[in-house]
Amino acid sequence: MAQSPKKPAKSKKASSAKSAQSDAEFVLHSLQDAHEKSPRYDASEEEMMQFYEQMLLIRRFEEKAGQLYGLGLIGGFCHLYIGQEAVAIGLQSALDNDRDSVITGYRDHGHMLAYGIDPNVIMAELTGRQAGISKGKGGSMHMFSTEHKFYGGHGIVGAQVSLGGGLALAHKYKDDGGLCLAYFGDGAANQGQVYETFNMASLWQLPIVFVIENNGYAMGTAVKRSSAETEFHRRGTAFRIPGMDVNGMDVLEVRNAAEIAFKHVRENGGPVLIECNTYRYRGHSMSDPAKYRSREEVQEKRDHHDPIEGLKKTLIDGGKSEADLKAIDKAIRARVAEAADFSESSPEPEPQELYTDVLVENY
Amino acid sequence: MAVELKMPALSPTMEEGTLAKWLKQEGDLVQPGDIIAEIETDKATMEFEAIDEGTLGKILVEEGTENVAVGTVIAMLVGEGEEADDVPTPAAAAQANSTSDPAPGEGKDVGRDEPGGISAPEKPQSQPKSDPTIPEGTSFTSTSVREALRDGMAEEMRRDDRVFVMGEEVAEYQGAYKVTQGLLDEFGPKRVIDTPITEYGFAGIGTGAAMGGLRPIVEFMTFNFAMQAIDHIINSAAKTNYMSGGQMRCPVVFRGPNGAASRVGAQHSQNYGPWYASVPGLVVIAPYDAADAKGLMKAAIRSEDPVVFLENELVYGRSFDVPDLDDHVLPIGKARIMREGSDVTIVSYSIGVGLSLEAADELAGQGIDAEVIDLRTLRPLDTQTILDSLAKTNRLVIAEEGWPVCSIASEVIAVCMEQGFDHLDAPVLRVCNEDVPLPYAANLEKLALIDTPRIVEAVKKVCYKD
Ligand SMILES: Cc1ncc(C[n+]2csc(CCOP(=O)(O)OP(=O)(O)O)c2C)c(N)n1
Ligand SMILES: [Mg+2]
Repeated sequence: MAQSPKKPAKSKKASSAKSAQSDAEFVLHSLQDAHEKSPRYDASEEEMMQFYEQMLLIRRFEEKAGQLYGLGLIGGFCHLYIGQEAVAIGLQSALDNDRDSVITGYRDHGHMLAYGIDPNVIMAELTGRQAGISKGKGGSMHMFSTEHKFYGGHGIVGAQVSLGGGLALAHKYKDDGGLCLAYFGDGAANQGQVYETFNMASLWQLPIVFVIENNGYAMGTAVKRSSAETEFHRRGTAFRIPGMDVNGMDVLEVRNAAEIAFKHVRENGGPVLIECNTYRYRGHSMSDPAKYRSREEVQEKRDHHDPIEGLKKTLIDGGKSEADLKAIDKAIRARVAEAADFSESSPEPEPQELYTDVLVENY
Repeated sequence: MAVELKMPALSPTMEEGTLAKWLKQEGDLVQPGDIIAEIETDKATMEFEAIDEGTLGKILVEEGTENVAVGTVIAMLVGEGEEADDVPTPAAAAQANSTSDPAPGEGKDVGRDEPGGISAPEKPQSQPKSDPTIPEGTSFTSTSVREALRDGMAEEMRRDDRVFVMGEEVAEYQGAYKVTQGLLDEFGPKRVIDTPITEYGFAGIGTGAAMGGLRPIVEFMTFNFAMQAIDHIINSAAKTNYMSGGQMRCPVVFRGPNGAASRVGAQHSQNYGPWYASVPGLVVIAPYDAADAKGLMKAAIRSEDPVVFLENELVYGRSFDVPDLDDHVLPIGKARIMREGSDVTIVSYSIGVGLSLEAADELAGQGIDAEVIDLRTLRPLDTQTILDSLAKTNRLVIAEEGWPVCSIASEVIAVCMEQGFDHLDAPVLRVCNEDVPLPYAANLEKLALIDTPRIVEAVKKVCYKD
């Protein structure tokens, strides 16, 4: 993909260092400037109701998954998305699902639900049943829906970033107008391959939006204990990737950032790095006793920054009634209960499934 | 609607615990997120949070109760408009301390504890296809392995515009070992992509591009450098189809020179065949001659599965006859009998095949008629061809340019023991490199690598002719 780079060539840089630098400054800050100017997406009531429902579905689904885990129906690692709902909904609601692709790590239930994928097949994957979206062979961390261009569901911290670079390369190669949204954590942001990918993505001007879901912790390690630069949105600067610093607890701010970033990428501006500042309420996975932070810290986030409560307030200020919203909650609880029942009653995979899908072809 | 509050598990292995403390009492209002109780095991204490809103109804397990089985109903949460006393007490709750077997789905992991142990169903056997017959009258052209590989790639790139090559120095430099010579000129920079020196990153990008519907050929300058990328080869490429229940394919070819070159020292001289061949979900090919290199390269590119294609720098320059066919594609997973013989079988692959053929020539002069098998594909391994040959010759030696421990040789020996024991007239022997990092000094390097005399010697040993 050797094409003319967007940046001034070296020789030019030397001769007019000043303009080259101001060009760099402009490119790297303009997205954030645009975002700060008006940080909240101007959503219609209908859109807001949809965001509300989607976020609530994730919340209730994850709570139920936590319960099923507690009952031994879900095994292994199970990473809940509770607290981070605004990130997936704010970003994915801005995608063009006919063209764009998404990839993430193991904390992937929310991203699947954001597509409107049937909660039954997601829950059945968690319980390891034949009806699960990966036939029960993937589990919580490995869910995919190629139909929706959702490419997983990856368990190796940071791997999804370079895989996402490959998806973006495929968009560009096929010239299909799509972009790739690649999510990763604050912990993953310290992996070397992330920067290898930043370099190639910028060098080749790949259509990709890197999203760091900064939830403050990588397992038990607070960001400041692991990261020399904790302002993650700055980490693309060395690769000339513009960064955005976004309140990930407000779905309208996330959506606003998505609009700006996606536009930049679609206009062949190259990759964008968005840091969504968010918080996970639950343990890293279900087996995390969470001794590395105080209950007060978690409570403060829940009481004052909850993305669902925040949107609820906006909706009520706009004239929605408590009763309307409560009815939605009731319906979602029923939907999630149905998914749980389905996932408990579906049969396990046939033993013969052990040998299927190892290879596609017969040799 | 009343909700049963059940004894939660703190970990996948927890079966029971102590209900240490109730933090809410009967009649207390409970909000989602409130801590209702503390649960203890010998390893940890956990706060039990409410998920639902309601009033705490009956407490069914007193605080301080030990050995409460996971899934036991410990209390009831009563919804709006309900009275605590209206709620029927579940029968199971009365037996908190008993060791009753909970019903499936009620605290028992139905996926794991099958009584009496389970056995896997029979594994489907692979049925490798035979090489297509070369039509009579076909002409042959002497071609180097290097050119044959390039021709194979170029033909597939002409045939399918999803195929592209990426790697270090593959485009403008024409390949560090000139295997991609001429491809940039013909296909342009969109399809022949020079990467930075960033193996982990570009292996991931290649793998992701395959997931996204392209057919990448990822060249590693040598496979020694692919250790930085092995995570993507194994964790991303090999496992995705399985983990996705067959939804997400990954048709990528990872290729490059493998094994010892000449005097390049320990870090640049290693055979990764056994490493990759041990991984389900990968296809591993290691051809020897030019016709196989071309035919298998084309098959690898067309395969829907991820392929590790191991070449050998020392063989690149050797020339062999390649049939002049429009589309010379060979079956993956099929070994090739390079030389028929009746007294003993020598199994090998890659550069070892040349040595084995030399050894067979020498042995013929000594009255031993050796059959030589080129495995060509290391995974899936064509065990049938090996066993058929063993049934004929009753003696077998494996020659492998690589370390002996946990090698392809070890695998072939295991196959002969498990499935060919009745045919064996002598123990199977392996001829491998010495079990040391490859030394630089010319004399030591020569000592460390396999050679023809060592193969001859091993063959004579299994023929009891030494
Ligand atoms: C390469 C690798 N190293 C370690 C792990 C184990 N691990 C799983 S998640 C995790 C923490 C990641 O934290 P972060 O990237 O912040 O994502 P979050 O879990 O907060 O969403 C670790 C260390 C892993 N899966 N992969
Ligand atoms: Mg984190």
